[in-house]
Amino acid sequence: MNTQIRNLFLVTVLLFGLLIAFTSRWTVFGDESLRDNALNRRDLIRSERVPRGRILAADGSVLARSVQQRSRDTNVKSYKRRYPKGQAYVAPVGFSDTTLGQLSGLERSQNDWLAGKAVKLATAVDKLIKGDQRGDDVRTTLEPSVQQAAINGLAGRAGSVVALDPSTGKVLAMVSVPSWDPNKARTSPDYFSKLNQLSRTHPLTNRATQDAYVPGSTFKVVTAAAALDSGKYTPDTIIDGSNAQSFSGHVLNNSGGESYPSAPLRTQLTHSVNTAFANVASDLGKATMDRYMKRFGFGDLPPLDYPADQMRPSGEFLAGKKRGRFIPATSRFVDVARLGIGQDKLQVTPLQMAMVAATVANGGRLMKPHLVDRVVDADGRVQKTVDPQLYRRVMSSGAASDLRSMMGDVVNEGTGTAAALSGGVQVGGKTGTAELNIAKGLNDLWFIGFAPLSSPKVAVAVVVENTQGFGGPVAGPIAKQVMQAALQSGAGR
Amino acid sequence: MKPRTREALALLPSALLITAGFTAIFLKRSDFVGNTSLIYGGAFLALCLVGHLVIRFTARNADPFLFPLVALVACFGLVELYRIDESFARSQALWFVIGLGLFAATMFALRDYHQLERYRYTIALGAIVLLILPRFPLIGQATNGAYLSIKIGPLSFQAAEFAKIGIVIFLASYLRDTRQVLIHGGRKVLGVSLPPLRHLGPLLAIWGTAMLLLIFIRDLGSSLMFFGAFLALIYVATGKLRFPLIGIGAFAAGAYLVGSKVGHVQDRVAAWRHPFDPILFGAADVTPRPPEYGTSYQLAQSLFAQADGGLFGRGFGQAEIGTTISSGGDVTTPLLPASQTDMIYALITNETGLLGASAIILAYLLFVHRGFRVAILARDPFSKLLATGLTAVFALQVFVIVGGVTKVIPLTGVTLPFVSYGGSSIMANFVLLALLLRVSEDARRPT
Repeated sequence: MNTQIRNLFLVTVLLFGLLIAFTSRWTVFGDESLRDNALNRRDLIRSERVPRGRILAADGSVLARSVQQRSRDTNVKSYKRRYPKGQAYVAPVGFSDTTLGQLSGLERSQNDWLAGKAVKLATAVDKLIKGDQRGDDVRTTLEPSVQQAAINGLAGRAGSVVALDPSTGKVLAMVSVPSWDPNKARTSPDYFSKLNQLSRTHPLTNRATQDAYVPGSTFKVVTAAAALDSGKYTPDTIIDGSNAQSFSGHVLNNSGGESYPSAPLRTQLTHSVNTAFANVASDLGKATMDRYMKRFGFGDLPPLDYPADQMRPSGEFLAGKKRGRFIPATSRFVDVARLGIGQDKLQVTPLQMAMVAATVANGGRLMKPHLVDRVVDADGRVQKTVDPQLYRRVMSSGAASDLRSMMGDVVNEGTGTAAALSGGVQVGGKTGTAELNIAKGLNDLWFIGFAPLSSPKVAVAVVVENTQGFGGPVAGPIAKQVMQAALQSGAGR
Repeated sequence: MKPRTREALALLPSALLITAGFTAIFLKRSDFVGNTSLIYGGAFLALCLVGHLVIRFTARNADPFLFPLVALVACFGLVELYRIDESFARSQALWFVIGLGLFAATMFALRDYHQLERYRYTIALGAIVLLILPRFPLIGQATNGAYLSIKIGPLSFQAAEFAKIGIVIFLASYLRDTRQVLIHGGRKVLGVSLPPLRHLGPLLAIWGTAMLLLIFIRDLGSSLMFFGAFLALIYVATGKLRFPLIGIGAFAAGAYLVGSKVGHVQDRVAAWRHPFDPILFGAADVTPRPPEYGTSYQLAQSLFAQADGGLFGRGFGQAEIGTTISSGGDVTTPLLPASQTDMIYALITNETGLLGASAIILAYLLFVHRGFRVAILARDPFSKLLATGLTAVFALQVFVIVGGVTKVIPLTGVTLPFVSYGGSSIMANFVLLALLLRVSEDARRPT
């Protein structure tokens, strides 16, 4: 019998070993996915007990702060989030609410700082002694006057504006309309659940980073950059821009049927001649177009300090039966001529187009866009400073300088005159009109640009959705107001 | 060193541990650190010493490790219960006093435990009645769809806790009688020699009972516990592996059939397979509606709590359990429901981490080791079978509840011995401990 009893003990050892193995699996090896599970509210609940740090604009005005509340039922103290500027900043700042289980935008990407989790050694000792914790303040790069100018410019029309400091990558403004009120969402659950159901206007998505638009003629800037930097073209290279040429077996027309049978590249951009740029792109070929698009950041998630799942890449997008996918410009599904004029299957975000404008403005050097300027702890010690960082070297400074002067012509004498600033400040830019519904004349209207032309301090991308008219007259004036505000505020402080 | 001296010394670490545990919780509450934790530690040590003296007087040669190991896991439980709510720890301490009384009574009254053999059919009948009672109207009571407790007036009583001891006593005694016949067998069917029907009958009856239990009390865990102990015993009694193998097959087949037919068991299995399914979880899509518990809510929260603990744990009192106290004074922990009973292992893991959890599993394993050691040293078949059965049923109970909490098997509501909150469990397991010590005393008494 004793042998059997020993065997039984061995079986018990095996069974208990299994228990420890499974406990290890949940506690150590597979704990991350459990912690991140949306159904798991432990971190959120814990965070209610610690006041979150504030989120500040570049001038120090408060965009989000925590206020202590005492529940009437349980008499438990907890901290709730307030957003003093309401819906103006909700796209970049995001939303944090434990009851709704929501955490988005900077509130999410900077959560470790805001919640006081990311602790450096010096403060860790302090926290041990003082006991009470407080999250760190996050100061953003957002300029209130620029942000407000963008909101005023859109004037309630659906669309988006992104303004960057081209030399540092600072995001000066990020606006998405229609917006929503995070304070109201906190107090009225019905309001928040209704927002979720508005699929057509989808106010909860940040149009600047999450929405896909056809770039239209603004993309000619990318084509022109490829042409100039590749060395095959100069601004004076003569190109055939006659109307109604055939590409890939289909006839392509110019806007208003204009024809520029032999004009230099500079003129073709000034008048946004479709056939000319289709010829340029076809001549450069798919591989060159693909190389320059990648350098501009197409095909990748933007390197913004913002939650990855609240951003999308830009590029050629092949729609699929179930879900589509991004494809390189070298794919056989790409019509390179129409790619060159911003049509084909292109889907881009306003942030990406602002990055294109900023690259040209910054001498061909694309800086990493960022929303966070610095992190400061409760005692005013700077915990982290975000320095300007080069993301990609896209083109030579010579090519960029040529392209800047060509984009100056667009605003001085071409399609973008509505964006011209008063007081002798020269502006560079490019308009875009992406046709959505030809019968009704509805388009997505674009303007991308920068100012001052000689040494740009601000780069901007504006899109107004689903509107009649052209990019220049509709989106141009918005860009003008935003750039003016940026220059007046002395952006890039 | 004499066994009893060894035992007395081994109790000290437990007392220190409980003092440290209470101190940690006081520190967390941070209003004061008085001498209260010392008082708790001292009181616990005093209780242990009483138990030790009882053993010293009644079973001076018995195994010196069983009792200190019980004290060790018990102090884990007490600290966690105190951390959930003071009232739990206070009642639990009371149950310990009563359980210790029952322990002493068993130690004194059952000096010759062989007399139990005489009443084996009465004991078996009693155990079965205990198991079936919860299903009767008026006194029966369903918890989460399983019928495990009897409620008379304000007192609720976990019948299965006592039934397990009765069934082990019966089986040990019955198999002592019939083991020879079972070994030598009668007819051969399909190349397997089967024992005569007269002896096979009761065995089939036990399988049938386990199946009925599944259908009747609708609890996979308890049936697994009982049937597992039975298989362990029949294996030790006959020395033939084929009996437990056939038994496992029969149980699996039965469990599969019942599992696919009985709604409650079906729900448990579904929750086990997909704990994070939003529908099973009962996730409130339109927040902030308070979460209604779905069938997998408890298991999912258990896994979340363990992940929250990590390797070292959050520390005593640092787990999020969402304690709420109703106006009637009932304490609930909505973030980890039943944290004082079914989920206490998850709470221990949350607060003391993988290390603490492994320590407690190891303590149980050592207890089981000593239990089987008692069986090996025992001098007659009944004693061997009794000690084996008691140890096996104890080990299986730990496996069923910890396995349920860690998603090894579907979660069912049995208690973690000496740790979970509850009088029936404490009392029954003290009786189990007393019986083991009695067998050990007989085995180790110098002749």
